[in-house]
Amino acid sequence: MKNLHLILLFLLIGIFAFATSEGTETYTAEDAPWDDGTAVLHRWNLSAKWEFLSLQKADSLGVYQEIFNEFSPSGQFKETGLNPDTKYQYRLVAYNKERSDSTSLFSETTTQQQWFAMNKLPLLILLVIVCSSVLYYILSARKGKELFIRRISGLDSIDEAIGRATEKGKPILFVPGISDLGDIQTIAALNILNQVAMKSAEYGTEILVPCRFSMVMSAARETVKDGYLKAGKPDAYKEDNIFYVTDDQFGFVAGVDGIMLRELPAANFFLGAFWAESLILAETGFTTGAIQTAGTGQPHQLPFFVVSCDYTLIGEELYAASAYLSRDPQQLGSLKGQDFGKLLTIILILAGIIAEIAGLGWFKNFFEGVF
Amino acid sequence: MKSKIPQFLAFISGVVILVAAFIPHTPFGMFEETLTNWFMIISSFAILLGQSSLIQSNLAKISQKAPDWKYHIATLVSFGAMLIFGLLWGMENTPGILGQGEKIAENLGAKPFDYLFEYAFMPLSSTMFSLLAFYIASAAYRAFIFKTFESNLLLITAVIVMLGRTSFATVLTSWIPDSLHFLRLPELTDFIMQYPNTAAQRAILISAALGVVGASLRIILGIERSYLGGDK
Amino acid sequence: MSNDINLTKTLRERRIIFLLLVLAVAIPIIFPLGLKTHSTPLTEKAFELIESTPAGSPVIISFDYDPSTVTELQPMAIAIIEHAWRKNHKIIAMAMWPQGSQMADMAFAEVQKKFGEEKVYGVDYVNLGYKPGGMVIIQAMGRNLKTVFPKDTAMIDYDDIPILKNIKTIKEIKYVVSLSAGDPGLRDWIMTANGKFGIPVAGGTTAVSAPGFLPYVNDQNQLSGLLGGLKAAAEYELLLGYEGTASRGMNPQSVAHIFILMLIVAGNIRVWRNRKKEKMAKEVKNG
Repeated sequence: MKNLHLILLFLLIGIFAFATSEGTETYTAEDAPWDDGTAVLHRWNLSAKWEFLSLQKADSLGVYQEIFNEFSPSGQFKETGLNPDTKYQYRLVAYNKERSDSTSLFSETTTQQQWFAMNKLPLLILLVIVCSSVLYYILSARKGKELFIRRISGLDSIDEAIGRATEKGKPILFVPGISDLGDIQTIAALNILNQVAMKSAEYGTEILVPCRFSMVMSAARETVKDGYLKAGKPDAYKEDNIFYVTDDQFGFVAGVDGIMLRELPAANFFLGAFWAESLILAETGFTTGAIQTAGTGQPHQLPFFVVSCDYTLIGEELYAASAYLSRDPQQLGSLKGQDFGKLLTIILILAGIIAEIAGLGWFKNFFEGVF
Repeated sequence: MKSKIPQFLAFISGVVILVAAFIPHTPFGMFEETLTNWFMIISSFAILLGQSSLIQSNLAKISQKAPDWKYHIATLVSFGAMLIFGLLWGMENTPGILGQGEKIAENLGAKPFDYLFEYAFMPLSSTMFSLLAFYIASAAYRAFIFKTFESNLLLITAVIVMLGRTSFATVLTSWIPDSLHFLRLPELTDFIMQYPNTAAQRAILISAALGVVGASLRIILGIERSYLGGDK
Repeated sequence: MSNDINLTKTLRERRIIFLLLVLAVAIPIIFPLGLKTHSTPLTEKAFELIESTPAGSPVIISFDYDPSTVTELQPMAIAIIEHAWRKNHKIIAMAMWPQGSQMADMAFAEVQKKFGEEKVYGVDYVNLGYKPGGMVIIQAMGRNLKTVFPKDTAMIDYDDIPILKNIKTIKEIKYVVSLSAGDPGLRDWIMTANGKFGIPVAGGTTAVSAPGFLPYVNDQNQLSGLLGGLKAAAEYELLLGYEGTASRGMNPQSVAHIFILMLIVAGNIRVWRNRKKEKMAKEVKNG
């Protein structure tokens, strides 16, 4: 009798174990976290006996349609392109063709729009800190606090370049990069153009601005016009000197090279975003003997400019140029705020290195948005 | 007033896009969508603006008989020819006003637009790009000079990378034993490109990105407005 | 005045350099040296991305260049299309540069020859053409692909193209390869397609632009492989097991590199001689 009890007990344990092993076959469909309610995250864990799977979604008539079929015993799939705040029903069918065996697992979920993308929290924190420091220094500058900004020789030379052009009676060439108006480098270049136009108007020197995009051309026209107005010489402004060449990258380069060789400008400014054409422009300018000032936020084009130009603005100097030239305390204040951002980045990099060495994975995870 | 409205628009657009990056819920996504759609529409219209500027400035040079005015005729003729051929018979699979132009395509081997594109525009464009090789050669001749410690370092690195990027590199250093494989030119080149080069690039990128944050903030807040044409 | 003389001298030297470079490039084209290249990790990473993507996956190849950079980027386009078709991926071609659309057509036509014209337009590949707007376009594609590209280049409606039937947004795309000569291009794809939508992005650029994208090849996989210039295209051809225009182009490029190295040596000798001359002149002057 005791043996029978023992046998029964073992049988029960065996059944339980079998049942729980079958029970580990799971499938869940969940609303993808921190999104606009257009995605569902499917997760499954299947036993090794299955060879194929078919993930299906019920359509409006309740008929299941396959949406995914790449088999893996455990895995996940993110379904996108869904409607927010909508209930979806799913079925995962796992099957083995040889054994003519299959199992179906069901799940349902409602997509939800979230009020905050939690995975972007570290980005928001950093943004708030950097923006706050920029605003703090702008306010300090407004109150009259003296701010030290290091010398940028490329910008100090602008007067010299324009002066030389005036002496020679030759025009100035200003290329605001080859990017469209959506690129902040182009905006930075246009801000410098305003100062250059003002000075060229003061000196009475002609300024040529070839543009690759028509939107840049319109903005450049306004910028130059304003420069001439500030210099008190609005009548000297010539709209035709700021013109569109072509959208084509090397067609534009050919056009600008042609201008350099025909008009022989005494000063060339290549400021903005540049790619493979940087050296072609700068070398052509070099052959004409012009004073050349270049600046770009594209690190990989800097070596070409350094070789062929007299002065080069490196990365951030391009963005700082307008503030530096205008000497407007508010703008200078923002530069100081950026420096604080740099200090913060250095501290975070060092902290990250120490945390990784110490095995504190949470630090890296936090900045990757994994909580 | 003229610059106040654009400043206000810049502020609103900037703030909306910034907020929408962190709040996926409606209506923020919709605002962002609308703004980006506007941008696309304006970009498309801007193409017309460019064409009119091209025609205007070239016609002005021709009528004024400016120096080398004949080049401007060439520009306008090329522009007109491509435009007309494209409009009449289209390009590749796209039909034009007169259909696909099968007969002309049979004679030329391609539609007139495609013919000019392939046999005139492509070689001309490639020629412009190939100038880069010549300019790199002459710039290297002038720039890589033994002078200071830094310039020497630059020179040595450049020689290693340039050699490492050729097919000769493998042949030249294949004799180096496996235990010292990292000294083989291709591997040395990869190391230089992947570590010292990337580290420097990242430093410039990070500081430039901070520059972008500062400049964007100045634009959103209307502190920097010279790109709008000033304070009028 | 002395500056003008120096400039004239430099210009004369440049012309000699240009002439010699023409010879350095032309001779290996006429008499190939048979040099072989080897694959590097960056190229292998891009290859692996395509290799590991399941058959039938919809993918995007963005032709963000124009004829000027065709020598470097077209062999990459051809190799990538061939690889994607070998893996039976469904290619959606698009362009952020006006002439990119024609580049796509030419690349497809080239690879079709190898596949015996068996790939069907609309089923195995489609060309959606050019759209202006850069990054904004990619963002809009994340919301609705059809609103951005209502028709393809053959003016067929989006809904009538079989390959696009189940694709609503870019989020359903398995990988993006941007062949990029500048802006708009690879950087926009990295920041938007990968940064915002989490789609794997690989890229091909001209050799002069490639170093700028290296920081994006990192643990975060912002860039899943990078092809930089003709050499990378030749490496890709090597990985696919054929010798195409890029592999053949490596001979003149290698010789040109060696020639530039010789120029650097010559430049240094010239400077050294000038310095010596100046020193002697100074000594004579000082007695």
